[in-house]
Amino acid sequence: MSSVSDNVMKFFRSSSTQSASPAVPQKLTRRSSGMGEVSRLLNSQEGLCVLDMGATSASNIRFFTGNGHKNYSEDLLCSSLDPALRIQDSAGNSVVDSKKFLEDNLVYPAAHFDVALVWNLPDYMEESLVKPTIDRLWTVMKPGGFLLAFFHTRDAGPDSTCYRYHVTGTDMLEMQEVKFAPPGRPSSEKQSPRLQRVFNNRHIENLFRDFASIKFFLARDAIREVLVVR
Amino acid sequence: MDAPKTGDFAHIGKSVVIKGELSGSEDLYVDGNVEGKIELRNHSLTIGPNGNVKADISAKSVIIQGKLDGNVNASERVELRKSAVMTGDLTTQRIAIEEGAFLKGKVDVQREAGRAAPAL
Repeated sequence: MSSVSDNVMKFFRSSSTQSASPAVPQKLTRRSSGMGEVSRLLNSQEGLCVLDMGATSASNIRFFTGNGHKNYSEDLLCSSLDPALRIQDSAGNSVVDSKKFLEDNLVYPAAHFDVALVWNLPDYMEESLVKPTIDRLWTVMKPGGFLLAFFHTRDAGPDSTCYRYHVTGTDMLEMQEVKFAPPGRPSSEKQSPRLQRVFNNRHIENLFRDFASIKFFLARDAIREVLVVR
Repeated sequence: MDAPKTGDFAHIGKSVVIKGELSGSEDLYVDGNVEGKIELRNHSLTIGPNGNVKADISAKSVIIQGKLDGNVNASERVELRKSAVMTGDLTTQRIAIEEGAFLKGKVDVQREAGRAAPAL
């Protein structure tokens, strides 16, 4: 039977890239067709509720609140790594308690959000949490609301860098590598989360089957952008 | 940021625990534990790096370096420093967030008349 820390560690790369990383985190930019579509909605109305499910980003808060919208931040990848959420299933395997996870996270009234920015969360989150999280998003989003998610293609390897996304323009994103310190380890031992799986198009369609429509944007960097309408 | 000189601020040190309602007409620096409600209206609140506050806050400006669990209503400005860990909703006119700060909650920036965008 593996320990909680062993199970949490599977979410991190096997070796630290700390020594190879530059002192200042490298930031890359990418043009995002999905974000462009979201921006068109944001520019057409004021006072929309935007849920950002990445790490707290000053750029994103500036972008959304500067256009008269309300920004909600919830870093669900970080929250999902809480060792207190781990329980043992009937076979003795350590799994994340999805019920407790949703008692502590994404707690909002029904039909509250106009936009949900999921980013690359489903690719890095524990599998048992992905479907319950998407189902909860269906509940807390308004009909007609936009959800933007990024999925790796099969060309991506397990050590694909996990990025967080800063909105810098209507269809421009700045990408910054995400690193967490594994539970119980000092912040100097931060590591990048490991890609947990690659969804194919059919998996993605199934994941969002309760939503009204889904649109794929293919990019050159082994990422599919998926814009889903609630 | 270093702790301010105690002459400039009312100061709650890191070994102090307060439960209840705090109100005042001077700036306040909290490096201890406060649970309840903080109302400073026209003054500033700083939660120091050791501060652990579970309270709804109403003040002119709020600087957070420690941990806050509660809602903030700041008539002027909120700053989340890199060590800040905040869970709660935030309403203000201007907000600054350092890289590394953690926020779980809503940000509602209420525009000042004649000012188009918030500073970050």
